[in-house]
Amino acid sequence: MDNTKSKGTLAILGSFRQLIIPLVAIVILALFNLIVDPSFFHIAIKENSAGNPVISGNLISILDFGTELAILSIGMTLVTAATGGQDISVGSAMAIAGAVILRVLCGTDSAPETIKAPIIVAFLISCVVAMIFGAFNGVLVSIFKIQPMVATLILFTAGRSIGAWINSNRLPVVSDVEFTYFGGNIPGMPIPTPFFIAIACFIIIALVLKFTNLGLYTQAVGINEKSSRLNGINPTFIKFITFVILGLCVAIASLITVSRVSSMNYSTVAKDIEMDAILAVALGGNALSGGKFSMAASILGAYVIQFLGTTLYKFDVPSAAISAYKAVVVIVLVVFSAPVVREKLSALWKKIRVSKKEAS
Amino acid sequence: MKKKFLGVVLSVAMVASLLAGCGDKEDKPQEDNAATEAPADDANGDAEATEAPADDNAQDEGNASGEEIYVGVINNNPTESGYRTANDKDLREKFCPENGYKAEFVYGDKNEEQISAAQQLINNGVDYLLLSAADTAGWETVLEDAKNAGIKVILFDRTIDAPEDLYEASIVSDMDKEGETAVNWLAEQGLDKYNIIHIQGKMGSAAQKGRSKALETKVADDDNWNIVTQQTGNWESSEAQEIVQSAIDAKKEFNVIYAENDNMADGAVKALDKAGITHGADGDVIIMGFDCNKFALKAVKEGKWNYDGQCNPFQAKYIEDIIKKLENGEPIDEKTVILDEKYFDSKTITDEDIETYGIGE
Repeated sequence: MDNTKSKGTLAILGSFRQLIIPLVAIVILALFNLIVDPSFFHIAIKENSAGNPVISGNLISILDFGTELAILSIGMTLVTAATGGQDISVGSAMAIAGAVILRVLCGTDSAPETIKAPIIVAFLISCVVAMIFGAFNGVLVSIFKIQPMVATLILFTAGRSIGAWINSNRLPVVSDVEFTYFGGNIPGMPIPTPFFIAIACFIIIALVLKFTNLGLYTQAVGINEKSSRLNGINPTFIKFITFVILGLCVAIASLITVSRVSSMNYSTVAKDIEMDAILAVALGGNALSGGKFSMAASILGAYVIQFLGTTLYKFDVPSAAISAYKAVVVIVLVVFSAPVVREKLSALWKKIRVSKKEAS
Repeated sequence: MKKKFLGVVLSVAMVASLLAGCGDKEDKPQEDNAATEAPADDANGDAEATEAPADDNAQDEGNASGEEIYVGVINNNPTESGYRTANDKDLREKFCPENGYKAEFVYGDKNEEQISAAQQLINNGVDYLLLSAADTAGWETVLEDAKNAGIKVILFDRTIDAPEDLYEASIVSDMDKEGETAVNWLAEQGLDKYNIIHIQGKMGSAAQKGRSKALETKVADDDNWNIVTQQTGNWESSEAQEIVQSAIDAKKEFNVIYAENDNMADGAVKALDKAGITHGADGDVIIMGFDCNKFALKAVKEGKWNYDGQCNPFQAKYIEDIIKKLENGEPIDEKTVILDEKYFDSKTITDEDIETYGIGE
């Protein structure tokens, strides 16, 4: 038992091996940018139109715009590890959570002069709603044993309409300046707020994984549900709770997204972000069939995707071709981070070392 | 066991609330109509020359003939965009019992859904089938069925690939013209040099193609017109924000942002604000958007944006004109009716324009 426990903790901190792939990807992307155009790394402090200092540059943009994806990848990693399946409804769920925030802040007005409720209240209500929808997915998966992708397909299809319905199809705009802080900058603080929100989320999840059994139990359920039940773990509850946690991640991500533009469009907000979140988990070298996971690798994977996106924008890849470029890089990364390939590579590496030793 | 039971109860409750949600949604647009009839009538009214009398006439005629005209409307989902919401609302207000219509509305984002809905409406025996198709292909069979059943088909908003004799008329926006209007307006601004950030819509959509074409042609023809960044924002504001942020990070010089819808123009403006770059009527960067959302027209009025081009969702009166002609046995002059589309400039826009032409609330 002690042995598994220490193994669990190790995986939580991210076994170094698994971190290599996303780290190498970041280094390669950074080197590529450094060689082609070193100005990519230029960072400057400017004054925004409100007269406050703001730090800007491509690296800052990556940290800024990658936040939502990184936060979602936390929940997606847990869901993947516990259920061996993925939640494809996070984009739609973000539309719902965002709609709730707008509904609480704006009431039935579409552009009220003042907000109708404190931002924190709106956020907490949206957290509750997003967690309820997460619980809905969780119940379908854990109790009714429906394939996660099929179970979440329901919300994937209905979510954006539910979001629109919450606001009777209006697109409210929040006029309150404070609301823009979450997706922008707090006056006097040049570093974008999403960065701090991301850090806070990482610290919280690291503490949760370190001081609770969540990580260990999740992996146990993902590796072998039956034996984990025999060992006194309740797999139904573990699966359920991972979806609820993902719901919370969705609410945080949607607060940032809605805050960026003080409004949102139900049909396009966070479009296809679920695919990127799943990709982040895969890039982190986590088996999509569940079991052991490395949270840090998933989060790094999310920033790799954002790094790639920013690089493609920077080099003016034609709009029609941008998805194709992304796909090529992603295929390469995913193949290299696949557990099978990793094992083969490390076996090959061992062989080379052994033959070298023999030669010397 | 307790937990399991709780879970079941929870899930049942949630399914129930979901279903209730759907039920509500069906009724919702009608309620909305009732609640906001007056202002919305204004919106239509201005498009027609004389508002109140025109509506009264329609009512009289409807009552006079004594017989309701039964129309089946197949549209895209109103949640798709503010444009579609306005379009749906406009149709619902026009084709109502007070105006002498019995109308049935069906929505679908997918062609198959829409085609089976069309089949159903034909079986229901509608007089007119009004159609905004999700996709251009695959409509021949069902439209032939409609023709054989003596049902007249009118296309609105989107055209389809089908022989012209299968429908009476098609009422569409000319996306090419929207782009040309915008580019001509931009040319009139008389800048020495045009360095443009071009944020495109979803690649391959009709609106993207039309609005991109005019700009690309102009840039190819004129030496002092350059596109410094051209990228698709997929109609999404935060993607547009990222694209403009990237251009700023790359220290690109630009003085025009040509965004193919309002949401993306809004996202672009957020990035400019963050970098402290001035924009709009008195600023360094000209902001152009499309669709005439209310928030966009307000931004134009406040001088934060310079231009907003209309994509006209108020199509009901055009459709009604055609129905009336067909009822009276008059010939249809043109098979394809192009909607009138305006544009608004920060120098000339009025509060009245915002009320009349702004979509959304």
